Amino acid sequence: MNSTVNVADVERWASALGGAALTAYGIKQLRDRSPAGAVLAVAGSALIYRGASGHCPVYAATGFNTAEGQNDIQTPGESRGINVEEVVTVNASANALYAFWRRLELLPQFMRHLVSVSQLDPRRSRWVARAPEGRLVEWDAEIVNEITGELITWRTLQNADVTSAGSVTFRPEPAGRGTRVHVRLQYDPPAAKLRASVAWMMGHDPAAAIREDLRRFKQLMEAGELPTIEGQPRGKRSIQRYV
Amino acid sequence: MKALVWHATNDVRIETVPDPAILNPRDAIVKITSTAICGSDLHLLDGYIPTMQAGDILGHEFMGEVVDVGKENTKLKVGDRVVVPFTIACGRCFFCERQLWSCCDNSNPNAWMAEKVYGYSTSGLFGYSHMTGGYAGGQAQYARVPFADVGPLKVPETLTDEQVLFLSDIFPTGYMAAENCDIQRGDTIAIWGCGPVGQMAIRSAFLLGAERVIAIDDVPERLQLAVDGGADRLNFDDGDVLEKVRAMTGGRGPDACIDAVGLEAHGATLDAYVDRAKAAAFLATDRPSALRQAIHACRKGGIVSIPGVYGGFLDKVPFGAAFQKGLTFRMGQTHVMKYMRPLLGRIERGDIDPSFVITHRLPLDRAPDGYKMFRNHTDRCIKVVMKPHEERVH
Repeated sequence: MNSTVNVADVERWASALGGAALTAYGIKQLRDRSPAGAVLAVAGSALIYRGASGHCPVYAATGFNTAEGQNDIQTPGESRGINVEEVVTVNASANALYAFWRRLELLPQFMRHLVSVSQLDPRRSRWVARAPEGRLVEWDAEIVNEITGELITWRTLQNADVTSAGSVTFRPEPAGRGTRVHVRLQYDPPAAKLRASVAWMMGHDPAAAIREDLRRFKQLMEAGELPTIEGQPRGKRSIQRYV
Repeated sequence: MKALVWHATNDVRIETVPDPAILNPRDAIVKITSTAICGSDLHLLDGYIPTMQAGDILGHEFMGEVVDVGKENTKLKVGDRVVVPFTIACGRCFFCERQLWSCCDNSNPNAWMAEKVYGYSTSGLFGYSHMTGGYAGGQAQYARVPFADVGPLKVPETLTDEQVLFLSDIFPTGYMAAENCDIQRGDTIAIWGCGPVGQMAIRSAFLLGAERVIAIDDVPERLQLAVDGGADRLNFDDGDVLEKVRAMTGGRGPDACIDAVGLEAHGATLDAYVDRAKAAAFLATDRPSALRQAIHACRKGGIVSIPGVYGGFLDKVPFGAAFQKGLTFRMGQTHVMKYMRPLLGRIERGDIDPSFVITHRLPLDRAPDGYKMFRNHTDRCIKVVMKPHEERVH
């Protein structure tokens, strides 16, 4: 396991660059007939190796590892789901925004992948979303926590195909500058096929999909409508292209 | 209806297209009585603005009669005569509330595109590429106007179309350029570019109290129109512009410089030719030779005001000169709604009649010719106005 990567990316670059500088300086010292130059050049070379390979013998010996967990965001329950966090500032009061969001049946107005949400009782709701090949996926969810005007958190119930949890918080900005709306979502698809469904549903870039959802939320809350050009006149498409 | 349709660089055509319809509750449909070609339309004709699509309807300076309104639009009614600003704004976001109308958060359906290029999206614009929304423009017989309860300004019947049409863009644009100069008593303002916006900037600078305006161009009829407006003429073909500006301002430099040229500058200097070659080879997008001169010429602590359009990356901007002299830069798409009503007041009082800039009146069918005349400065063309519902125009 001598070659295991145990140095984080940023640290690797720093090692390599620092090592190169040290080596160059050492060689210059050697030319000036200073014996210390040899030591510096060797130490520099070791740093370059550490940077290039990502393996540090000192870290290996001491059980230290800075590379671990830098690429995958770990989710609760040891699974690697899809985690998304997005934020938008809306020019409206926290109470107004909370009130709209809490009427879950309105969410499909700005969440494009949703077909419908219906409230089953004060806590539980049924969600229907678009999946590949025109299919629909359904799940039930419950509100875990809510503080009027501030926070809503939810999670899917046990019977759901797609395990997910999420929260939205509403925080007033100072001096009447609107409300910061912060959304955290976690999708935890258990099977490969469903993982694909979720990926399709959210697009290749789930954060971008949520960002567009939040943009539509802001447009609805501020302007009262979603800007569109769908259905406007246009000329012949002589050549289909962007310049 | 008939409309002017963009197909490719140097290819615009008149076509028959479907009539527009109300798509959103705050929309209105306007039957267009007058519409103009803007200098910034030439950047589209010349292919400098990205995200154009074949089939796009151009035009963003228009006015007419309201013929339909959406159910949430309580401000306009059928029959109202309105001038439509070229910026589209919701009127309710952080930016609209601060009169930064062209920075509206909610009017660009393709905001993600603009975010990729500019960091944040600005407002939707009529007929000006998909990055600014892809809205069908007003060089047509009808146009759909989104958020029509915010933008369109009702105008009195006592004023003609030609007197008020330019409230849609060039008059507010030239005025904002001059206002951005913070004009003080005794100030000299130098203006690069004597096209329609430059002409409006010259008159606006005087309205705002400038002592003197230096007008820089090389098209004789434009320079003459500038002189008619009270400016001093400087033809950039007659030698070193920087030396001449310096001499004309007693060695101190203009208090503020306005770049009313933008990304297609075509000076006779070496850097202008290098820019042209680079743009042709796709090594740069914009050709900022007027901006370079404006920065260089400006006095210490002065202001550079930029109504000319830029879209991408600029090469060799003398930032050192800007820094060392402590210049202030002001620029951006015009916040048209901020200026329409006060400037309508100026027109009503007789302070200015913006129709002075019109040289050509054409039927819409001849719009492609109008574009070419305007770009090539043939037939002494400075500004083209079209009447989309008239077969023949006097």
